[in-house]
Amino acid sequence: MVDVGTIAVYRRLIGARVRSDFGFRASFAFRLVSACVITGLDFAVIAVVFTKIGRLGGWRFSEVAYLYGACGVAFSVAETWIGGVDYLAVRIKQGTFDRVLVRPMSALGQLATEEFALRRIGKLFQAGAVLVAALVAIPVQWTTGRILMVPVTIAAGAVIYGAVWVATAAISFWTVDANELGNALTYGGNYLTQYPITIYSAWLRRLLAFVVPMAFVGYFPSLYVLGRTAPSERFGLPSVVMFSSPVVAAAACAVASAIWRVGLRRYRSTGS
Amino acid sequence: MAQIELVDVVKEYSVWHRAGRVRRQRKLVRAVDRISLSVAEGELCGYIGPNGAGKSTTVKMLTGIIVPTSGRIRVAGKDPQRQRIELARRIGVVFGQRTQLWWDLPLADSFDLLRHVYRVPHDRHRANVNAFIDLLDLGPFMQTPVRQLSLGQRMRGDLTAALLHDPEILYLDEPTIGLDVVSKARVREFLASVNRDRGVTVLLTTHDLTDVERLCTRLVVIDHGRLIHDGTVAEIKSRFGDHRTVVVDLEEAGPPLEVAGAEVVGVDGPRQWLRFDRQATTAAAVVAAVAEQAALRDIAIEEPDIEDVVRRIYSGDAASTPDLRDDPSRA
Repeated sequence: MVDVGTIAVYRRLIGARVRSDFGFRASFAFRLVSACVITGLDFAVIAVVFTKIGRLGGWRFSEVAYLYGACGVAFSVAETWIGGVDYLAVRIKQGTFDRVLVRPMSALGQLATEEFALRRIGKLFQAGAVLVAALVAIPVQWTTGRILMVPVTIAAGAVIYGAVWVATAAISFWTVDANELGNALTYGGNYLTQYPITIYSAWLRRLLAFVVPMAFVGYFPSLYVLGRTAPSERFGLPSVVMFSSPVVAAAACAVASAIWRVGLRRYRSTGS
Repeated sequence: MAQIELVDVVKEYSVWHRAGRVRRQRKLVRAVDRISLSVAEGELCGYIGPNGAGKSTTVKMLTGIIVPTSGRIRVAGKDPQRQRIELARRIGVVFGQRTQLWWDLPLADSFDLLRHVYRVPHDRHRANVNAFIDLLDLGPFMQTPVRQLSLGQRMRGDLTAALLHDPEILYLDEPTIGLDVVSKARVREFLASVNRDRGVTVLLTTHDLTDVERLCTRLVVIDHGRLIHDGTVAEIKSRFGDHRTVVVDLEEAGPPLEVAGAEVVGVDGPRQWLRFDRQATTAAAVVAAVAEQAALRDIAIEEPDIEDVVRRIYSGDAASTPDLRDDPSRA
């Protein structure tokens, strides 16, 4: 379905968006810097908390920093590449969503690439820096498995975030007033995953593990990387969940694409 | 072969009305009501109707943006609902109110992006762009960001954008809206040439009846979602324009004349306008009656213009279409 030619077209659509953004250099630079600062503040909060307490949910500062960094990198990749689907509500309101439907390409692909957000990449730098520092600082015995798990965590995490993004953006096909709910799940989800989920109450843990699979973005695979106790001891879950992120990512994609398609069908039957 | 074919097409929307504080009541609105229409290859068909008549809804169904509630649609032999992407390569769409171009990029960049989106071979694309630069005089603003273009320039850019992939069918939704007289004339000239020289089938939605008179071989009128006329411009005039007006210049100004079968609709000094029904009397009889009453200097007979005719259709004067939208039995 997606051949080399299609990817080349998407690359050009992304290029067009980036050139458009560069047309407003000062604004672009400002957004880039402010994204770094704002997300940096998130981490500052964590650092402040650790000046008062030694451990959070049993995790050291460097371990939480690793979790924060891995989730942050995954999130910012998803935000940059697919976060543009947020604009669905605006596009539907303005009637400019229709233009992607008269073109011979996937509506989702066009929306994501036309709204590709390079300006959001500021978070990538910030979270990337935290991740590198944390990888150096965490006291683990590095094995091949653990080393490989880091990029797998990030890739699967980015896909899971992306799926949540698409699924929540698709709500706009039903109502264009529910964008806030979508943001609550994407940005809110990212915020929650920065901490070990053991600090949350049981219902929130279950929500993150089973409904919106955010626990698979950071927490479960990090247990393996950090050499911490298997989740079976705390959650009653088999230790295989530590390695399940790619499977969960694939499932999340399937669910998100189904929601998107049902939504698009609904939009095309109501046109409003 | 019919390029555009609609058979008994219906489109219903649900509209939610406030009923009480929180409760809402659903109401079914029929935007398009059993329209059947067939447009042949190479036709330039005007599609007109008052606001809310269902014009845009029809165009959206033909492009596959929305799907009909019932009925059958074929465009270039394809079902727009199921074969949207395949069909998209063969149709061009211009929405007068919304641009298809990349807002912050030079016009030339939009054309180049569209070459990739529609996968047009390089040579073909180059030839088309050059042809349209000549036809529409795009040269001076090819490197200008679209957001800085005037409305007329942008429309010329949008027309080009819709035609770069050599579509067989072109839908135009209000292409002359907001344009000045010169730009309008230029757009019309261009559309006529695209239809004539490239054999593109054109469906033109407009409020501007001059567009229709200058361009269209065929005119389809819809109102309240229903097709109320389908024929040539001459036919619609003879069907709905039964009235003629005789303009008489008298030797002296006087009170309004009294002529059987005619009605004075205007007086300006010695000039009077007398409207009559062609079924009831003739121009000759009206002129003769006037000559009996006053000294005539000059006479002229005015044909109804399409604008008058359509105004009468819209106001419900000429056609009797029940107002389905407010029909409570459909709620």
